[in-house]
Amino acid sequence: MGNDFEKRLKDVHESYSQGNISRRDFVKFVGITGATLGIMGGPFGLVKQAFSGSKEITVHSWGGSTSEALRKFAFDPFTKESGIKVIDAAFTGMDAFLTQVKASYPPGGEFNIAHLSAVYDYARYTDLDFGVVLDETQIPNLKNVMTKMTDTLRGISKGTLSAVPYDLGQTGIAYNTQKISKEDAEKLGASLLFDKSLKGKLGSWGGDFRTNMWYAALHTGQSPNNITDEKAVWEALKEQRGLIKKYWASGSELMSLLGNGEIYATVAWSGRVAALQKQGHPIGYLAPDGTYSWMEYMYVLKGTDLAVAQKLLNFMLEPEAAIAVALGQNYPTSLDPTKVAMPDEVQQLPAFDPTGKLDGYLFADPGYWNGHQLEWAEKWDRIMAG
Amino acid sequence: MKEKNWKPLLLLSPSLTAVFLLLVVPVCFVVVYSFWLRAPSGQDIPAFQFGNYAKFFADFFYPSILLNTLRVALETVILCLFLGYIPAFFFYKTQSRLKPYLMLLVMLPFWISFIIRTLSWINILGDSGLINHLLLKAGFISAPLSLLYNEGAVIMGLLQYLLPFMILNIYVSLDGIDKSLTEAAQSLGCTEWQAFKEVTLPLSMPGVSAGCLLVFVLTCGTYLPPMILGGPGNEMIANLIFKRVIGTLDWPFGSAISVILMLLLGLIVYTYNRYMGINQIFKSLSNG
Repeated sequence: MGNDFEKRLKDVHESYSQGNISRRDFVKFVGITGATLGIMGGPFGLVKQAFSGSKEITVHSWGGSTSEALRKFAFDPFTKESGIKVIDAAFTGMDAFLTQVKASYPPGGEFNIAHLSAVYDYARYTDLDFGVVLDETQIPNLKNVMTKMTDTLRGISKGTLSAVPYDLGQTGIAYNTQKISKEDAEKLGASLLFDKSLKGKLGSWGGDFRTNMWYAALHTGQSPNNITDEKAVWEALKEQRGLIKKYWASGSELMSLLGNGEIYATVAWSGRVAALQKQGHPIGYLAPDGTYSWMEYMYVLKGTDLAVAQKLLNFMLEPEAAIAVALGQNYPTSLDPTKVAMPDEVQQLPAFDPTGKLDGYLFADPGYWNGHQLEWAEKWDRIMAG
Repeated sequence: MKEKNWKPLLLLSPSLTAVFLLLVVPVCFVVVYSFWLRAPSGQDIPAFQFGNYAKFFADFFYPSILLNTLRVALETVILCLFLGYIPAFFFYKTQSRLKPYLMLLVMLPFWISFIIRTLSWINILGDSGLINHLLLKAGFISAPLSLLYNEGAVIMGLLQYLLPFMILNIYVSLDGIDKSLTEAAQSLGCTEWQAFKEVTLPLSMPGVSAGCLLVFVLTCGTYLPPMILGGPGNEMIANLIFKRVIGTLDWPFGSAISVILMLLLGLIVYTYNRYMGINQIFKSLSNG
């Protein structure tokens, strides 16, 4: 709860910093929250919960605008319709969350649904036996989800599903359009992230070796899912390290570094770039050939009340809810645009595929990346540490 | 007589139980984990082997981060000592009625979250931060100085966190010195500087060493300043442990690094206790 509360406070602070809420409202929120915690928190809160007997389910997501959209357009309407309370929690990162789930094993029901990203994590959770087998007949809206997304997950969990795909995105390249022209960015492609003229003005995601190796593979002319010259990749990353100002650790930090002009180019999550562009920052988005694409899904963890989880997932896949969430998060929904009509705003989001087939999208091969995870993660740590 | 022996233990039992459950037991878990193995899928395999320790010492990468941590800790101690002794000495000498309020200023940072205090340096040292903004406005520089995301910024973050510990330790030690001793030295012909050098400074050494030890130990285990204010290459041992435990789910190896750090710091504290006496720290903290 502490982390969740802290995250919520950060979200409100982010909204205040962005000018979305007034100072008066910000102070009011902090004051009311403090008073509420004082009165209802601690033992009183626990007693109240114990006697309420109401059904509830916890969903962990990314915090910020992502959780805000889920809460507003999916969880609150679901609670209103079903009477089931959805506890909206936030994790600090996928790795940290996996550690929490692992630490709570065997499952006691404290973790229910997680808004996870990338297929390799689906494989990790499945390999660790943390998942459930969903009864797909209880989630009729699953028929509208892009088949390629569900098939990919089925391939890992022996034909069954432990999660429903919910949205998709890319880790592309964000650049400051006042410092780097669109022509230069497109000409350089992935090599923009290794451009020596940007020394001290480049950033990258420190928390993920895959993203860094992926772009180093593209820079050295290799397929990210089949790196043949591993040495060239590490050499490129070693060289890039001297050009990096900051290996960022979170989406908020990424936005802050780009927004404040601390860095001019970095790998970036497409939705965060869209958010910066909406705020009026001079940030361009580049998706070179072989851009790192990923899907996000709602993973149901062992120990969860399946009937409640399936009911919620089906509700979340209702076109009205899914489209509203997509617009709030800036990531396209997993619903197939050939089956469900998408508004223009969704069609303009980065990573949107009008065909619903995702043919030109390159996803990380879970077997390949997970097989090297320990070795490459340690090597990546060495690169960062110099 | 027998009754007297168990009474203190009885009174201490709630505290001892808490320490046992919240400190001793988790540390034992860490020690046990350090002998286990990690499966490729991330699962832990119970075992008794020293592979994790061998891995740490076989590859200079890991000891180098430990050495880097010790170096940063030493630099922080030296800076804290120089920056902390002066205000502590001022508090000792001043007769001002404002002394309690000035002392309060030292404690003031503790009222604000450590994370917020660390994050605030970004707004001060960043390219568009306060210092660069003023220097650019004044025309002293034409391009922002790189003040952030380097070792200097990390040490700055550590200083703002640890300086109060140093000041309070030294002050408590100075406060215990009988002022008539320096007056006596001066009446016997010492200059003010000589009286400080020959009387005050030696007598304040227990506080100085206690402050140094606290700052050193706390720096070695710190995680946030290098993560938030550091750049490439400024990683410290706590960040490495975090990456092994959280990033790669390698709890056994992360535990082994933790045990090595714990043993090293234990050795330092033991050495200190042997020559200086650990009670000085408790004295400072309780009086501070």
